[in-house]
Amino acid sequence: MKKVIVLGATSGMAMEVQRLLAHRGCELLLVARSAERLAEVQPDLSIRGAKQVLTYPADLASVQQHAAIFEFARRNFPDFDTVLLAYGSMLDQSISQSSVDALLEELQVNYVSATAILTLFASDLEQRQTGCIAAITSVAGDRGRRSNYVYGSAKGALSLFLQGMRSRLYPAGVRVITIKPGPTQTPMTDHLTSAARFAKPEQVARDIVRALERRSPDILYTPKAWRYIMGVVEHIPETIFKRLSF
Amino acid sequence: MSGQSATSLRKQTSSSAPNTRILSWGRYPKIAHQFVHQPAFNDQIPEIMKTAAPGSLLPYGLGRSYGDSCLNAGRELVNCQRLNRILGFDESTGMVRCESGVSLSDIIDVFLPKGWFLPVTPGTRFVTIGGAIANDVHGKNHHCAGTFGVHVRQIALHRSNDGLVLCNANENADMLRATIGGLGLTGVIAWADIQLKRVAGPWIDAETIPFQSLSEFLDLSRESNDRFEYTVAWLDCFAGKNPRGIFFRGNHATESGKEFRPKRGPKLPFALPAFTLNRYSVKAFNAAYYAIHSGKRRSSVEPYNSFFYPLDSVRQWNLLYGKQGFLQYQCVIPETNLEALGELLDRIATSGMGSFLGVLKQFGAAPPAGLLSFPRPGLTIALDFAMRGERTLQLLQSLDEIVLRSGGALYPAKDARMSQALFETSFPNWRRFVPYIDPKMSSSFWRRVTPVR
Repeated sequence: MKKVIVLGATSGMAMEVQRLLAHRGCELLLVARSAERLAEVQPDLSIRGAKQVLTYPADLASVQQHAAIFEFARRNFPDFDTVLLAYGSMLDQSISQSSVDALLEELQVNYVSATAILTLFASDLEQRQTGCIAAITSVAGDRGRRSNYVYGSAKGALSLFLQGMRSRLYPAGVRVITIKPGPTQTPMTDHLTSAARFAKPEQVARDIVRALERRSPDILYTPKAWRYIMGVVEHIPETIFKRLSF
Repeated sequence: MSGQSATSLRKQTSSSAPNTRILSWGRYPKIAHQFVHQPAFNDQIPEIMKTAAPGSLLPYGLGRSYGDSCLNAGRELVNCQRLNRILGFDESTGMVRCESGVSLSDIIDVFLPKGWFLPVTPGTRFVTIGGAIANDVHGKNHHCAGTFGVHVRQIALHRSNDGLVLCNANENADMLRATIGGLGLTGVIAWADIQLKRVAGPWIDAETIPFQSLSEFLDLSRESNDRFEYTVAWLDCFAGKNPRGIFFRGNHATESGKEFRPKRGPKLPFALPAFTLNRYSVKAFNAAYYAIHSGKRRSSVEPYNSFFYPLDSVRQWNLLYGKQGFLQYQCVIPETNLEALGELLDRIATSGMGSFLGVLKQFGAAPPAGLLSFPRPGLTIALDFAMRGERTLQLLQSLDEIVLRSGGALYPAKDARMSQALFETSFPNWRRFVPYIDPKMSSSFWRRVTPVR
């Protein structure tokens, strides 16, 4: 892991991961919507040790812009070895279940656009027979819950997509990592009342970087306890689960 | 649905969440805030300021102020911890530009390996650049380097009515002077340019010398101030007028030495029960501490971390004082009035309520960098008192009288209780400061010590 492309580079989790990568002297290509924000993140990572930091402002939710992003990466950041997808949106469930527009927007950001951009990069890495694709999904995707099923279903679908892609890219020697963080203290979750109890993004970032550096696992739960929690949650019978309000 | 209405809905759901978890370092007073903003980027701050009610906001960093100067009871905070990016660095001059939420700890981690150190550092590395400016903090080198504010070359300040305002020696110099030591009331600092200082490496040539009285301390301090960049003393406040203590002095080692990486220390997991700290246990601790250092003068080469930040080695040490928290009492007494300091120490000794070692330091004579800066020529002493209700407050009030009579002052960053009269007398510039306050800003401290509501 020397040359990393981060999609959604100004998200709370991405920024923590990038700090750790900078400290290791990696080269980075950062893609995010706001040129102004990228201009603030870039010098920080260079000063903290990144060998090179390129930025490319683009709206990842808009599939029309993907070809240009991919072209930029191929031309200006050749031989990249890792792609980390780190953007997402979590609208309040009350909004996404009452407005179809909001629902579709949520699926577009978290699922449709994510699969589109990863497909571009997957083909490139497959041809070169090297590298790693990592995407941040969520433990919310492991089971549909009353309080968060729109976001959860998009992330769950993305996890399934990655599972298939992992198998497809296996013969080419390209690794695919599904990252499933539990609730984490980032701007995306600030509006939730229990946010103070969530995991720290620094801790989640350390786990992510460790998974990128090693050969395993395929699916990373972070913090680790969520692997066991979700193991239990997935086995609660539906007749009981449908009555639970969380 | 447009993105905007989704955002406003988000805010509605979030503002109902009570944010009572924000406490200052002394864990007293325990108050609740109505809302805590957590901007991740500077571009969010104009919107936060625009939509806020007058007098409703206060920037918040790492919460190392001891009292209520970093709190805004019943109103809102702008937590700047996520604004922690280093925006630029000039390798040849050591000038660094960083956002207000960057911690001093971070600055050390990034720049010490490159041969640069903080120009001034307080006794903890876990404060933000914004907090260091807002409280115009001082360190063991005050006698030769002045306060932190002296080394701030330029700031960009979010103001609710003028947008982003650049302040330096040539442009808005008065606003810069008001913001240094301005307790966060002049606006939200977007970024600041700080002049770092060249050092050879992480090591300090340190000496410790025991002393037996205040005059002995003063002799040591005067004799050391020309030759040593850093001087400070720890004293046993149970000994009254003639306190025994340990004088520490040091300089940056001129050799780079071997590399040094501080280890993460232990952490106090929860507030200790109040009875663990009583006059006997504290006396025993002080005696033991003195015994360890009191042999005779000793020279050593120490890592910067243990020299500057001995307390940082136990994370959350403030929980030592139990659920009710504690009050730190830091005052400065003019040197011409040394009897007052003796009187102060006597009163603390008789009360039996003093706590662990107090800190004693002779300030230098450099003019203050900010309009409301605390340091001024004289001796400053800092002592912790476990909060035991009315009798603690009464003791501190009787100390206030001594400070007031001596022409001294209390440090706002440590205060949770000084009277309006004491503040107005010891910070006579406060009226000149008022016009610089941003109309959207206020704090619990400010409402307590001034007639402004």
